[in-house]
Amino acid sequence: MPPKKPKVAVFKFASCDGCQLSLLDAEDELLLVAGAVDIANFPEASRRVLPGPYDIGLVEGSITTPHDVERVREIRKQCRVLIAIGACATAGGIQALRNWKDVKEFTRTVYASPEYISTLDRSMPVGSYIHVDFELRGCPINKHQLLEVLNAYLNKRKPTIPTSSVCMECKLRGTVCVMVAQRTPCLGPATQAGCGAICPTYDRGCYGCFGPMENPNTGALAEHFEELGESRQDIMLAFRGFNAYAEAFRKESDAHE
Amino acid sequence: MYIIDSTELHNLMEELIKRGYLLIGPTVRSGAIVLESIRTVDDLPRGFGDEQEPSHYSLKRRNDAMLFGFVVGPVSWKKFLYPPRLTMFKATRAGKSFTIAPEGTDKNRKLAFIGVRPCEVSGILMQDQVFTGGKYVDRAYKAARDNAFIVAVNCTVTGGNCFCASMGTGPGATRGFDIALTEVLGGGKHYFVASAGTPRGEEVLGAVTQREATEPESRSALDAVARAAESLTKRMDIRELPQLLKDNFENPRWDDVAKRCLACTNCTMVCPTCFCSTVEDATDLTGMHAERSRRWDSCFTLDFTKVAGGNIRPSIRARYRQWLTHKLSNWMDQFGTLGCVGCGRCITWCPSGIDITAEVDAIRGNSVHA
Repeated sequence: MPPKKPKVAVFKFASCDGCQLSLLDAEDELLLVAGAVDIANFPEASRRVLPGPYDIGLVEGSITTPHDVERVREIRKQCRVLIAIGACATAGGIQALRNWKDVKEFTRTVYASPEYISTLDRSMPVGSYIHVDFELRGCPINKHQLLEVLNAYLNKRKPTIPTSSVCMECKLRGTVCVMVAQRTPCLGPATQAGCGAICPTYDRGCYGCFGPMENPNTGALAEHFEELGESRQDIMLAFRGFNAYAEAFRKESDAHE
Repeated sequence: MYIIDSTELHNLMEELIKRGYLLIGPTVRSGAIVLESIRTVDDLPRGFGDEQEPSHYSLKRRNDAMLFGFVVGPVSWKKFLYPPRLTMFKATRAGKSFTIAPEGTDKNRKLAFIGVRPCEVSGILMQDQVFTGGKYVDRAYKAARDNAFIVAVNCTVTGGNCFCASMGTGPGATRGFDIALTEVLGGGKHYFVASAGTPRGEEVLGAVTQREATEPESRSALDAVARAAESLTKRMDIRELPQLLKDNFENPRWDDVAKRCLACTNCTMVCPTCFCSTVEDATDLTGMHAERSRRWDSCFTLDFTKVAGGNIRPSIRARYRQWLTHKLSNWMDQFGTLGCVGCGRCITWCPSGIDITAEVDAIRGNSVHA
């Protein structure tokens, strides 16, 4: 009898589904993944749901309701290894912008009967409620990195996911620095690598999709943005994007409020 | 000394192509002069110059037809001898054992570097020492290096961040090239004064030109390089520098620079002498295939100094200090020279505009022994 294939399950919280779709987007590798693991729960791909426990759980989305909190705790119990994928699950996502506002006011404005809405004050990363074994960054995550993490866990080795800056990726692929050569504000020096430096390669500054790098000096970067002519508001907004509630970006945006 | 007219430069390039070389040279892309595969003189940045300051680079139109009227761009030649990523070997599981297939670079690929600046020739010679000078030779580097043909171009213009004269590496090349050219433009003439540094350089020059330089032509070339030397505005005071830095391990300037340093690794990536790498292993989902590769790393990343039990350089202060003291102090103990060639790339391409010469001045200024 062949060895039992590891069971992989995909779970979703407050998110756009873009990250779990990265798995479907794996195209050539998708068949290999399907051959190597038993996909036990992946509603975007199949209606088939196998009961837990699972060997690997991929969790997408942020925790925004009391029900989410209960559900993510239950998922944790069911997963031997739990990997949070994407900016929502690792930093609260773009919806964490509400963390600066009064959510009750939103519900009063949007819903005719706000008393039926049960929501938390803040959109938070999965890791603020449960223990997470690995956080895979990105908005969305990079499919090669997702495969690397799956490969690493299946082969019982450390995933090769650098936590250094996007600048290193620009230099490795030969992209000319947009901030130095074109005076375009770029979050690259403070942002974790992983996307392959897509935006600078297409002459745009980095938007910080992969969140703060290992030891971001956001203060020095903000100072440089000022030298490039960015306003206080511009700087605040630059750090308040998909990873707005990641600590380093949150503090820097608050400093320019 | 020979003369190659500017209209004959393509003969030199053709000759190298005929001898099996792939040409790499400066060309304009993405608002900068980068080093890429080129084929003809038309690919060169004719009439382009560059303006450089700390954290600032801009391409400028010159009002002449100089082919090499600029200094150094973001790419250094190390990219071609010591590639950013290199597959070292691939392994395949076979029963209880496994087989290994070595990869590495294409040993037959011959590159000709067109337009290597004197500071960069020095950078290549320094990396030769790192990769081939000791007991253990980096085979991939050596193969690429043995196959590389170097056409140096002496500098007749200088950039705002250049300080080669302080480091003794330019603006004229004295060794390390197959052919050295000096571009002369003026008085209605546009030509290159050429000299050979190796027998194969002599051979190639012989096939391209027979015309010897006249005394005034040679003098024009020497004068142009001398004028460049005089026009350098940036300097580094290297007197007793290795010891000065050793004595200033706790200088308050390190705290100051740590506030500005982004730890983004740009300085190390663009440096022509920085040589650090990391080794990464990859496996496929089945666990049947594995691959080991090497990629550029930097002393500014946290992983670089992560060891069992913790990180030996957790702060940006410690990491910047490591980088600068390695370049300008410990390199001397390790290789007998300073590890900086004065190309100024780390100054230009640092988003924060940290200037290595200013940092040295500041440390000298409030040295504990001053």
